[in-house]
Amino acid sequence: MPVDVLLTEGNQVSVPTKLDAKISEAKRKADYQKLFYNMKLLRAVEDRIERVLAKQGKILGGVYTGKGQECISLCSCVHLMDGDFTSPTHREMGVFVARGIPLVEIFAQYMGRANGNTKGKEGNMHMGSIEKGIINYPSQLGNNAGCGVGVALSFKIKKQPNVVMTFSGEGATSTGIWHETVNFASVRSLPVVFMVNNNQYAMGTPTHHQYRAVNLAERGVGYGIPGLVVDGNDAESVYEAAKWAVDRARSGKGPSIIECKTFRMTGHAQHDSADYVPEKLFQEWAKKDPIERFTRFLLKKKWITAARIKEIEDEISAMIVKASDEADAGKFPDPLTALEGVFTDQKIISHKKWKTMIVQQNQNY
Amino acid sequence: MAEPTTFLNAIREALWEEMERDPSVFLLGEDIANYGGAFKLTKGFIEHFGPDRVWDMPISEGIIVDSAVGASMNGLRPVAEIQFLDFITCCFDQICSYAAKQLYRWDVKCPIVIRGPYGAKTSGGPYHSACPEAWFANMPGVKLVAPAHVYDAKGLLKAAIRDDNPVIFMESKWLYRNLKEVIPPGDQVFTPLGKAAVRREGRHCTVVAWANMVHESYIAADKLAKEGVELEVIDLRTITPWDHETVLESVKKTGRCIVFHEAPRTGGFGGEIAAYIGQEGFAWLDAPVTRIGAPDTHVPFAKPLENYYVPNAEDLIGAVREVMAY
Repeated sequence: MPVDVLLTEGNQVSVPTKLDAKISEAKRKADYQKLFYNMKLLRAVEDRIERVLAKQGKILGGVYTGKGQECISLCSCVHLMDGDFTSPTHREMGVFVARGIPLVEIFAQYMGRANGNTKGKEGNMHMGSIEKGIINYPSQLGNNAGCGVGVALSFKIKKQPNVVMTFSGEGATSTGIWHETVNFASVRSLPVVFMVNNNQYAMGTPTHHQYRAVNLAERGVGYGIPGLVVDGNDAESVYEAAKWAVDRARSGKGPSIIECKTFRMTGHAQHDSADYVPEKLFQEWAKKDPIERFTRFLLKKKWITAARIKEIEDEISAMIVKASDEADAGKFPDPLTALEGVFTDQKIISHKKWKTMIVQQNQNY
Repeated sequence: MAEPTTFLNAIREALWEEMERDPSVFLLGEDIANYGGAFKLTKGFIEHFGPDRVWDMPISEGIIVDSAVGASMNGLRPVAEIQFLDFITCCFDQICSYAAKQLYRWDVKCPIVIRGPYGAKTSGGPYHSACPEAWFANMPGVKLVAPAHVYDAKGLLKAAIRDDNPVIFMESKWLYRNLKEVIPPGDQVFTPLGKAAVRREGRHCTVVAWANMVHESYIAADKLAKEGVELEVIDLRTITPWDHETVLESVKKTGRCIVFHEAPRTGGFGGEIAAYIGQEGFAWLDAPVTRIGAPDTHVPFAKPLENYYVPNAEDLIGAVREVMAY
């Protein structure tokens, strides 16, 4: 079932194209069932954080979710294999769900607990895992793409058959480092996919104050790489485009940009009422909810049944409550751990804030 | 007797030997491959080590450092060259937001070296002469190293490459070709990070310096010795984490301390050392701890201006006289 995309290649800007990845029906069905499950799980995780834990006052810091943008992270990451890396930012909780970060670790992270992903060191959505190939991003957006490209460079040096998938919002594509990154990746044909989550608002700034181009994917023309524009709320479109881009990167043909048009169905964070966003946009995009849309599609295809959906929802619901409670039972970190982890070879043995820290240096070579 | 080698060649040897020793070490930077580097420091590297280990990068210090950080996550040990350390401002974000915080934020080691030429005295003007150490000294998680001698240029760089933390390795470009010393061959050269060296022993006044200012200190020490004033010259070598013990022990002996650096005085790293000695060495001090630094201006281009700007042995002699007369 070919999907419609706009493809930018060579000096051609936005040519309507039909993509049709050669994936067997059985593989596609299995992938879609897994994606459906993960979409439900992802939304349930974010709902638990936003609607329950935050309201109970248990979440530290702002609550930034990717509601309505679930397809983008999930339907792209499904094409990755072990050893591949991802570099998400704050709308891509899907990456953590897709790559199997334990839910307890996620919830505990959001509550600033010692059993969280960063043991209380990092802000709630700043999670990572080297073992599972997820780079922990800095808030200076655009750099996560840069660091991802560094991993891609290492794949090339070490002749590993892996790829890197980076995620940036449309706002982050205004940074110099994002452009420097795409340029370098292109120059050296590095195995990268640059996903762009264009949810139309970068905090309070709409797209017309962020960039002048019609499509961000067209920036690929300037860097000599293909760009694809897809409907970010359509699971199939993202799935097809990402398959195309991952295969391309893995076969040594270099990077590409996939711009996923979507909409941020929340404020910038929970504390933001988004009163600067016209209400009709929320109403319009609510009708395009990616999970509902994918559900209708799967039901029509008979790849899922109403009974199975109910079963999945119940299973996820129980899992979420259990993980969230377990996370909540976790301790807050010991204040002295704030001193740990500055250098690999230093142990702080005495610290008073009015004195010079006394550290024990250990040679690590 | 072996031939003396230049400061620049010592750095080159360190890179070469570490790349031979450890296949995970690779170089990236602007014009370092076919051109051989702005100072020809890496000439011949790409021919010997091949293109997978010597990467010419686009003019983007940001992607140079981000690439280094990323590659280090996959087990490599990148050595990134910043063509002139003035340009490190272009990757300040990548160093401070990523490299420095990797271990702290999510327990991932970041064994990268960011190295490059720095400092004045070569008519480089405001964009090719700066001393960047103080910009980074307030950022935990980054080590700062500045050798003054040929042995240490090689020995400290080897230590920096083997270190599991991000290291900014500051190479005085004045010393690159102006300093030649005899050093032992090959692998016998190694200087651990974090240890200062007492270069001259003396009873009257401790001078803490690094890189170019160490050599100015020798000139001053020789002149003052004729007057019977003995300087104890400490070559700090590693700026962060710095060797508190060696400095304090020296001040306990001399009772006087001058911190002597090339960077502007206000907010310079000398302030940190002076504050420490003022607090921990108070009981031993016979005179106020004194800082010598460049004036709080930018590094000017024309020779008379630059000569006036850069602190030198005469400045140190002046300061020593004041301290001794206190």
